[in-house]
Amino acid sequence: MLRKIRLTLAVVCFVLITLLFLDFTGTVHSWFGWLARVQFLPALLALNVIVVVALVVLTLLFGRVYCSVICPLGVMQDVFGWFGKKNKKNRYFWSPAKNVLRYVLLGVMIVAIVLGAGSLMALLAPYSAYGRIAQNLFAPLWQWGNNLLAYMAERMDSYAFYTVDVWMRSLATFCIAAVTFVLLGILAWRNGRTYCNTVCPVGTVLGFLSRYSLFRPVIDTSKCNRCGLCARNCKAACIDSQNHRIDYSRCVACMDCIGKCHKGAISYTRDRKQPNLAVEQDNRELVDKNRRQFLATTALLAAASAVKAQEKTVDGGLAVIEDKKIPKRSTPIVPPGAQGLWHVARHCTGCQLCVSACPNGVLRPSTRLNSLMQPEASYERGYCRPECTKCADVCPAGAIHRITVADKSAIQIGHAVWVKENCVPLTDGVECGNCARHCPAGAIQMVPSDVDNPDSPKIPVVNTERCIGCGACENLCPARPFSAIYVEGHERHRII
Amino acid sequence: MDRREFLKRMGVGAAATTAVLAGCDSRNNPVTGDKAAQGDIPTDKMTYRTNPKTGEKVSLLGYGCMRWPAVSDDSNAELDQEAINSLVDYALAHGVNYFDTSPAYCKGFSERATGIALKRHPREKYFIATKLSNFASSTWSRDASLAMYHNSFKELQVDYIDYLLLHAVGMGEGMKEYEARYIDNGVLDFLLEEREAGRIRNLGFSYHGDVRVFDHLLAQHDRYHWDFVQIQLNYLDWNHAKEINPRNTDAEYLYGELVKRNIPAVIMEPLLGGRLSKVNDHIVARLKQREPDRSVASWAFRFAGSFPDVLTVLSGMTYMEHLQDNLRTFCPLQPLTEKENAFLHETADLMMLYPTVPCNDCKYCMPCPYGLDIPGILLHYNKCVNEGNLPESRQAANYREARRAFLIGYDRSVPRLRQANHCIGCNQCVAHCPQRINIPKELQRIDNFVEHLKQGTL
Repeated sequence: MLRKIRLTLAVVCFVLITLLFLDFTGTVHSWFGWLARVQFLPALLALNVIVVVALVVLTLLFGRVYCSVICPLGVMQDVFGWFGKKNKKNRYFWSPAKNVLRYVLLGVMIVAIVLGAGSLMALLAPYSAYGRIAQNLFAPLWQWGNNLLAYMAERMDSYAFYTVDVWMRSLATFCIAAVTFVLLGILAWRNGRTYCNTVCPVGTVLGFLSRYSLFRPVIDTSKCNRCGLCARNCKAACIDSQNHRIDYSRCVACMDCIGKCHKGAISYTRDRKQPNLAVEQDNRELVDKNRRQFLATTALLAAASAVKAQEKTVDGGLAVIEDKKIPKRSTPIVPPGAQGLWHVARHCTGCQLCVSACPNGVLRPSTRLNSLMQPEASYERGYCRPECTKCADVCPAGAIHRITVADKSAIQIGHAVWVKENCVPLTDGVECGNCARHCPAGAIQMVPSDVDNPDSPKIPVVNTERCIGCGACENLCPARPFSAIYVEGHERHRII
Repeated sequence: MDRREFLKRMGVGAAATTAVLAGCDSRNNPVTGDKAAQGDIPTDKMTYRTNPKTGEKVSLLGYGCMRWPAVSDDSNAELDQEAINSLVDYALAHGVNYFDTSPAYCKGFSERATGIALKRHPREKYFIATKLSNFASSTWSRDASLAMYHNSFKELQVDYIDYLLLHAVGMGEGMKEYEARYIDNGVLDFLLEEREAGRIRNLGFSYHGDVRVFDHLLAQHDRYHWDFVQIQLNYLDWNHAKEINPRNTDAEYLYGELVKRNIPAVIMEPLLGGRLSKVNDHIVARLKQREPDRSVASWAFRFAGSFPDVLTVLSGMTYMEHLQDNLRTFCPLQPLTEKENAFLHETADLMMLYPTVPCNDCKYCMPCPYGLDIPGILLHYNKCVNEGNLPESRQAANYREARRAFLIGYDRSVPRLRQANHCIGCNQCVAHCPQRINIPKELQRIDNFVEHLKQGTL
């Protein structure tokens, strides 16, 4: 019964959180956005005291329920394990805890948080790891499926579906996600929750708490015949059936053992028993990537590039449009609400939820080493549109603070810089002014390029006090591949 | 209800049911089984008009070769020669004998495709009209213009041309451009000599734009003896041309001037590039109610064909269904009655209430150097106007659906990089538009509307 409740809740949470990353219309988020906010690390970084306290209390009461129900990465490993179980039953076994590794990694995480080393933090955080996998691996499949439906809807003259661009935001982040996915898959397939009990810093913290949890699975020594069935079905490898001991710091409260025991010797109760504090070292080598998974990853990469090539051929008998290239910005741009580079570095877990939510193709994971996988804005595909606050709405970690549309129009995230050499009125001798026409802040004016000749070609001048750095000018500039006007980010955002 | 009434009603009801059931019986239904509802198109009923100069009989339906089908929807796709051949064969078999092309049409491939299709038939069975389309200033020199003229013979595989036109005089800079294209370089004198020599059997011009050029050319009629003139005429342009664009001229005036001088008129844009068949549902209902068996387009063709001094009415038929529908209208043409004429003018007044952009999808403005799909944007806008998907404000009853239909449809019909927000206002397209649409202004107006829709600030 307990196991069934756990399974049901876990599946519901997992599906909904995955949908948060897949759904680009924003509807799922308006209902279930809170599921991202109750994740431990984002809540901690957002200084969301209520959630953190609630999770601590939950763990103290029921053990690591968080790990088996709320954490999407944990549930994903269970899915892998479930497939593995079909292959071979009763295949787990007890192993001693690798506490040195656990606490060293927890220490690294704490240092990373304190120092604001965002990229390291993002690499270790479990929810972020899942977010990257969902955004980089699952979302493209979902979007291609959607595009197929949109293709059919178009033929039926229905507006129920619309096509979306499927594109790779960052190769580095994609590779990290793919490697994480494959490694976790192999680990979970073979040994269940190895990651959760050796690497995951959240697992270590909650494990520390769950030693003292009120309810926990307890072995009744009078009934137990030491058959070891519980240990061989424990994905956390935490039941030492020979000594009737359970390592509660590693138990994820999955309830599998309770049902497996023929003698009814295990029950989930309040009984107290000395926790097992076995500290042993056992270096198990990580398994190499096997060939098949390597090929699968390569195939995914190849498929992604094939789609890109296809996009280019539909230009038709129209003038060829060259792709825009990313200009070299001396300061990266982060979205309104993010307050500045330092704030993102401190709070962002790199979960990619904002990147998945951005409808304008602006946000993508950074490739800079000190902010790897954290969001960064660029305007080749679209610009930060005035009516949109989606990234701020979805951020669970408080890295992008919630803002209203009105706030947004007054937050200066950067300023536009004019590049004379590319400006079309000067190079092509035609009228333009597209930047000025589309500036939502009214920060651009067109003035004659020759002071003494009012009929000379008009060029833009930017009032940097009014410019908010939204990138409308950069995106809509006809100059290609490099725009004649581009945005430089601000380290600290200002209210104007 | 008393007993008698009850029995009476029952009786009537039974009779009615029987009649209906009898109607369902296939033997009593005249258009089921092996007989099509619309009937065959006759091959010998085409209405012809006589060219007063040569006495030749020209079919009142002329084939416009500007919209030949391509092998795919891709705008880079080649023309579908097989489809063109079968269209030409079908048209000739049903009495169409006037084919109007130009070196500029279909990205320059129309003449060749038309030539290939017609070459398969005896030369005396059809008349070929083509044009001296020296729009670009690089072709204004005498040599370039003559090269274009000679190339037409090669592409069409002919040694004489039945109808040759100065193409779209009045466009661009009006009089100045006309003189640069035909007078200063002596090209018109050359063409007159060619007519003397018989390589051009009829010489005329097609007119768009500045009416002073039209008036000037007609004033020179005694000198040039125009054999025909091609004008834009349809029930919207008859006397609403000025409302559509103050720089345009009502067809009533143009046709009247030709009648005065006894010059046969060739009609272009009788359907406004399909704008008179893709109309608002109210208009469709109005026209179909009056003539359920006739298409919406047929009204426009009957309007143009009813004028006695019209030599031929051109229609750019892309699909076999267009051709068949038009053949039904012209085999034979039933001229509009006075009552029908008045009805159509009322319809035109109603149409003017819908703020469509007068784009006929001729693609003269393309390619836009900055990559925009100008006709794509304008046609999508017109479609939304006609389908009522142009909400006036957020309070409009259908605001949500209309917004969705407009924005999603916009992305479907025009790729994002080719949408109106990329129009920089360079104005290079304006001179090319025969309808004299201020394209950048319209695009920026549409873009503004899209911005309001997106931001929810309508």
